[in-house]
Amino acid sequence: MWDYSDKVKEHFFQPRNAGVLEGANGVGDVGSISCGDALRLMLKVEPETDIILDAHFQTFGCGSAIASSSALTEMIKGKTLDEALKVSNQDIADYLDGLPPEKMHCSVMGREALQAAVANYRGEVWSDDHEEGALVCKCFAIDAVLIEDTIRANELCSVQDVTNYTKAGGGCSSCHEGIEEILAKVMAERGESFKPGAQPKEEAAPAGMTNLQRIRKIEAVLESVRPQLKRDGGDIELVDVDGKTIYVNMTGACAGCQMEALTLQGIQQKLMEELKEFIKIVPTKVSSLTRAMKG
Amino acid sequence: MTGIYFDNNATTRVDPAVVEAMLPYFTEQFGNPSSMHSFGNKVGLAIKKARMQVQELLGAEHDSEIIFTSCGTESDSTALISALKAQPERKEIITTTVEHPAILTLCTWLEKDGYKVHLLKVDGKGRLDLDEYKKLLSDQVAVVSVMWANNETGTFFPVVEMAELANAAGAMFHTDAVQAVGKVPLNLKDTKIDMLSVSGHKLHAPKGIGVLYLKRGTRFRPLLRGGHQERGRRAGTENTTSIVGLGKAAEMALEAMQYENTEVARLRDKLEAGILAKVPRAFVTGDPSNRLPNTCNIAFEFIEGEAILLLLNKFGIAASSGSACTSGSLEPSHVMRAMGIPYTAAHGTVRFSLSRYSTEAEVDRVIAVVPEIIAQLRKLSPYWEGDGPKAEPEKAFAPTYA
Repeated sequence: MWDYSDKVKEHFFQPRNAGVLEGANGVGDVGSISCGDALRLMLKVEPETDIILDAHFQTFGCGSAIASSSALTEMIKGKTLDEALKVSNQDIADYLDGLPPEKMHCSVMGREALQAAVANYRGEVWSDDHEEGALVCKCFAIDAVLIEDTIRANELCSVQDVTNYTKAGGGCSSCHEGIEEILAKVMAERGESFKPGAQPKEEAAPAGMTNLQRIRKIEAVLESVRPQLKRDGGDIELVDVDGKTIYVNMTGACAGCQMEALTLQGIQQKLMEELKEFIKIVPTKVSSLTRAMKG
Repeated sequence: MTGIYFDNNATTRVDPAVVEAMLPYFTEQFGNPSSMHSFGNKVGLAIKKARMQVQELLGAEHDSEIIFTSCGTESDSTALISALKAQPERKEIITTTVEHPAILTLCTWLEKDGYKVHLLKVDGKGRLDLDEYKKLLSDQVAVVSVMWANNETGTFFPVVEMAELANAAGAMFHTDAVQAVGKVPLNLKDTKIDMLSVSGHKLHAPKGIGVLYLKRGTRFRPLLRGGHQERGRRAGTENTTSIVGLGKAAEMALEAMQYENTEVARLRDKLEAGILAKVPRAFVTGDPSNRLPNTCNIAFEFIEGEAILLLLNKFGIAASSGSACTSGSLEPSHVMRAMGIPYTAAHGTVRFSLSRYSTEAEVDRVIAVVPEIIAQLRKLSPYWEGDGPKAEPEKAFAPTYA
């Protein structure tokens, strides 16, 4: 049995905005019948303002597919098309208080239906650039297609590389056998064979980011959580970035707070999503200045 | 816990009489059967009795043909790996496309070591083509492994006949009979079946106990090596309590054999007919004329199985589904795909599996609830309109496939 949140259950048992929407002027059909999910999203958009007046859905799919569809319609009603397009699949999952990793693709389908429906309204053709494979890493919900593509694009040759680039395998490590199999397959394509002891590639700047871009991105994430920390009388400061380790200093009410570990975990997750790599966040009690002086 | 439990092919409730038989072996009879003192001796005798009870249920010629293991999967792995190790000159395995993962995943793994695995196909009703099988049998085949009854549809395979053919070709024959044992009368001494897997928790014994039947004279190479338990064929201290429990469960299954095949079958037929009479666009999968007495697998078109299960669960009804979503995989059940069931139906398959504890009132309740649930989900389905599917449903809704 899936560990569905109460919110998911509620949206499944009492779906909002289900059924055909009369007078819809933007319709998006997406899905994958082989994996058992398909969704039609119907929008009624006011042409003068681009505001979504109403949104309905019809879904062939499991409990979380229906709940994701229902949540999506609730989230986008009243928004302009441009505002609505900012809704990410993570936003849909968050709205539902989270989805099991195996079910994150349901929220991706919601996001794609939205893009397809907006394209349909605007008279554009939406083409899907996202192919989905079997789920390999259950800790971070990474599928086989993403891992394969990343190995191919970056000529990766070790499990550690794959973890650095995709996060896959960075958690419980049970999927390492599966990752090794994918490595062996893709490496064979380029005439190499997989060796378990191979050195990971250079750690610098995965996903094509320079160190400066990377640090700016980290600062931006910290900036985005700062208001929330300040509301609780605390703050966070970036101390140093050393490869995969990001040192921060929790100050004010945050320092030593019992929720500190929990807060840091949330920030770490956010950073990993933004940087698209596996990083570790480590709290330190020294300020950036002291650390710099110690050299 | 109350509710209607129609998921007995997944696991069964341990019979209270089985629990009662087991309890003393946790406390006063805690000895190790290998020990010389009387603490161990009594336990040894209890295991001997359990072995004979299982022997009787299987219709085995000797009690020494019964090897206690930890589960059906261990029995399957032991049987196949033993057959390959004992006959290193033979490099081929024959099995079917619809086996349980305990066999299929193992075979995929063995392929990496250079073994050739032949998968027998099934037709739309889940039946094998024996001519295809006969053509594949050769002096290269080490072992044939074919399930007695399919766990999803309940469909039987002609294992007794297939074992004769394997034997004539000099290949060993194994059958995963975890769904059949306790529901089908067995008389292994009159067959050419060399090895057979049993799982205790499918017949009202606890989880964590299984049996590998090994016909006397079958060449064998143990998987777990160590102590002399099970005559050195399965090392490791015996799971004494569960062995005692399985013995009692085997005895009770034998007593209930006629009831399973008459009354349970009648309830199953009533359930199936009742649902099909009220729900349009639904059909039975597998071969209804040749299947387990307790199993019924219905495909509900244009809706998805997990959603059906969640709503059934809300009414306190437990069943299972072949949909992709219930397993977390991207594909619906390999059994449904092997039978060529279209995706729009394969995702909506629901298996109801009864037991000797199922009642008429439970069947009536499920017949009353299911049509509402199906109608409710079809209202949400983009393939459905009003009282029936859209004209040419696959064209009316043809999403961009991600």
